[in-house]
Amino acid sequence: MSQVSRDKLVQMIDYSTKKHYHTKVFKSPFYSRQEPLNHLKEWGRWADYLSPHAYTCSAMEYFACRNACTVFDLTPMSKYHIRGKDALPYLNRLVTRDVSKIKINRVGYTVWCDDSGQVVDDGTIFHMGEDEYRLCSQERHLDWLLTNTAGFDVLVTDQTHEVAALALQGPTSCATLKNMGLDGIENMKPFDIGHFTFEDIQLMVSRTGFTGDLGYELWIDPGHAEALWDRLFQAGRLHGIQAMGDEALQMLRVEAGFIQARHEFMPAHATVRTGHTRSPFELGLGWLVDFNKPVFNGRRALQAQKKHGHRFNLVKLDIDGNKSARDSYVFTSNKKQIGTVTSAFWSPSAKASIAMATLEAPHGEPGEEVLVEIYYQKELRWSRVMAKARVVTGVFYDPPRKRLTPPADF
Amino acid sequence: MTEKTVHTVIIGAGHNGLVCAAYLARAGKKVTVLEAAGQVGGAAITREFAPGFRVSAGAHLLFMLDKHVRRELSVDSAGLSFSQNDMNTTALAGDGNHLVIAGDSLQGGNISDKDQLAMMEYRRFMRRFAAVLNRLNNRIPPRLGTKYRSDWVSLAKMALDIRRLGRDDMREFLRIGGINIYDVLQENFDNDLLKGALSMDGVLGTNLGPRSNNSVFCALHRHSGLQGTALPKGGMGAVSDTLAEIARNQGAAIRTSACVKRILMDGDHVAGVELVDGEQIAAGTVISSADPRTTFLGLLGARNLEAGFVHRVQNIRMRGNAAKLHLALDGAPEFMGLNQSRLGDRLLIAPDMEYVERAFNQSKYGEYSIKPVAEICIPSIHDNSLAPPGKHVLSAVVQYAPYQLKAGWAEKKAEFTDELIELLATYAPGIRSQLIHKELLTPPDIESEFRINGGHWHHGELALDQFLMLRPVPKAAQYASPVDGLFLCGAGSHPGGGVMGSAGRNAAHAVLGMKNMGDRNS
Repeated sequence: MSQVSRDKLVQMIDYSTKKHYHTKVFKSPFYSRQEPLNHLKEWGRWADYLSPHAYTCSAMEYFACRNACTVFDLTPMSKYHIRGKDALPYLNRLVTRDVSKIKINRVGYTVWCDDSGQVVDDGTIFHMGEDEYRLCSQERHLDWLLTNTAGFDVLVTDQTHEVAALALQGPTSCATLKNMGLDGIENMKPFDIGHFTFEDIQLMVSRTGFTGDLGYELWIDPGHAEALWDRLFQAGRLHGIQAMGDEALQMLRVEAGFIQARHEFMPAHATVRTGHTRSPFELGLGWLVDFNKPVFNGRRALQAQKKHGHRFNLVKLDIDGNKSARDSYVFTSNKKQIGTVTSAFWSPSAKASIAMATLEAPHGEPGEEVLVEIYYQKELRWSRVMAKARVVTGVFYDPPRKRLTPPADF
Repeated sequence: MTEKTVHTVIIGAGHNGLVCAAYLARAGKKVTVLEAAGQVGGAAITREFAPGFRVSAGAHLLFMLDKHVRRELSVDSAGLSFSQNDMNTTALAGDGNHLVIAGDSLQGGNISDKDQLAMMEYRRFMRRFAAVLNRLNNRIPPRLGTKYRSDWVSLAKMALDIRRLGRDDMREFLRIGGINIYDVLQENFDNDLLKGALSMDGVLGTNLGPRSNNSVFCALHRHSGLQGTALPKGGMGAVSDTLAEIARNQGAAIRTSACVKRILMDGDHVAGVELVDGEQIAAGTVISSADPRTTFLGLLGARNLEAGFVHRVQNIRMRGNAAKLHLALDGAPEFMGLNQSRLGDRLLIAPDMEYVERAFNQSKYGEYSIKPVAEICIPSIHDNSLAPPGKHVLSAVVQYAPYQLKAGWAEKKAEFTDELIELLATYAPGIRSQLIHKELLTPPDIESEFRINGGHWHHGELALDQFLMLRPVPKAAQYASPVDGLFLCGAGSHPGGGVMGSAGRNAAHAVLGMKNMGDRNS
């Protein structure tokens, strides 16, 4: 990163001119552009950053993403740069999946565990180059990543504050980027990484996202963050581009069937009560656990769990009616409580009341009928309904455009 | 299983490795012990340090040898003998009015009748409490939080042992078990010289001062052998040589100058070891008597272990703070006011607890003690095989000498050696003129000579948080490790250091799958 941009960054996020404990919250490098668009002035927090809940109306932002394209600020996401001749064996010991299968300029989804096989977090591994990776996650993990370096020739650097990132998601996202001048963007396949030039500096683009739609994530030096935002909105003007906050993203990711830390599971290192964490098997992520590779964190515990069985099943529920089942208990048809809903919405695209729920094993077989106890309020009067629901497989909303290469030109 | 994989390799021919080898060989295992040094013994050896002068280079007094090991392996009939049993302790006083501690009896040092009586009571309860530890020493520690009956039974036995002390003693045991020896001695005694001497039981070989928590525990651990202090004939190496002989007679092969470079893996299981010369020895079971950090991070490698476990191993407190001084003397030293008949005692320089605590203070900041404490013995008084006729060997544990000396041991070792001789000369002014040769083993020297990471003679600080099911770390505290087929049998495991052999014996039982072997003996 150039000296100029670093100075600008320091000024923007204010973490070196003041002692860190004076800097209670960081503003994103996109803040100057987000702030005027944020009519609601509803700012939430993502780790140490301000992050908008919604700019204008979360429903409108949701529909913009499913029908045009939206910009979501990803900068607060943890980004760790992992480099060195042992980068691959290091990652393979860290995470449960076989990282050698992620080729250069490809991205892989993964999960990682502690020694007890409990999920620390999920995230994505970007294979940036020879012996060079980037690990992204919602939670902060520098301490754990450094703890893991013992015995490996590897350098782990926290790049969270040094890379600005935007998610551009929705059917017109490809057209917008093409219009911005990213030649060849349409040839990128899902989970590809592409490198482009933007104002004489490198712009990294990955065809990844958290919405289950066609979409891209853009990674750039924070010194060029505002210029990128401006160019993106300029290029997307006729493609319906809008800024989007976290509330809309929540609906999108549940439709897409993506789990999220602190919703579907508690990060193991942030959990103090025994039995409140989850293994990959208990999150339906057994496919990410590769016992064919040698030692990795949690291997022995997960082998034992595979043999003796796990405690919970994370399932998707299709619930009768139109009431959101948020925070509900789940019962068997004869009223035995077997679990709780972790995330729930009325899905505008699936036209269904959808939820993810964690059920005590062995409950959660596909097709199993359960009851969801939904409380709802109309003008201060509470009502309760025991809604019938079915365990379903697959994702709730799965547009073919998300996989199509080249994407259709909207 | 192939012929090769039934082979058991033991890394290190220290006393624990040899004990473990003897038990396993006796049970019919094909055992090979690999020792990096040219002789067996590890830190329980006798070696020459000046022409004609031999000394127990590591441990120099025997007071904890496991009675089960002794009986079950017929150690005494295999040739181990002693040049002195039940040694008395003499606490040296600056004014020459020394205090002799002979069991319950105290002589000299202006001891009052009150302290004399208090000593009997102190010895009574310390022996009772040490007996509780003694029973724990011979058991594989229970694992916490399992559903296995054996773990619960083992845990219940621990509780029962404590409960059996009776109400008053149990309460006292629980009260003082975790606190510091300064407070306990202050409660019981008036005489400063006596308190200084007794406080040494709690701090020798540790990173503790008398006012540090765990010092009572260390004193109890020191007494948990429930036996007097003895000098093996021929030095501590005689213990190892005898154990090696026993192991060989049981069929174990022992190779010296066979330094293990790394432990080989095949998937989740150990496959054998590779020596520094490149030779590979296949083995289905590898048992390491090396310290846990050397075993897991040095020989096995952190990348073959899960990260949380590695982190715990990295954080075992195992930095030595004791040095070993060896002097070759032209004649018996004369200590002011000390009857020559007491010269064969265990001599202590610890005039009062304040002195000991102040000596400890500097070590906290990476400096050696300006006024060190010492545990001295002159084994050649009892054993003329150690020095030429008319000449003598002085062996002393000296404290405090931190592993990480701020000014660097390379620069300061000679200076510290001189200060130690200066210290001895204040009690035995003629010693300088008798000096033929001097050798000081600092913790880094102990680390390199005995291959103990950190140079801590117990392979890790003895403390309640590093004892029983916490020694060396959870998931490796029952001698088995997270790697299939890899076991620990050294002082880094329960019940820790001192020439005991209990860890080796317990490990052998763990390998053989015989749990709760303490049952037969308690």
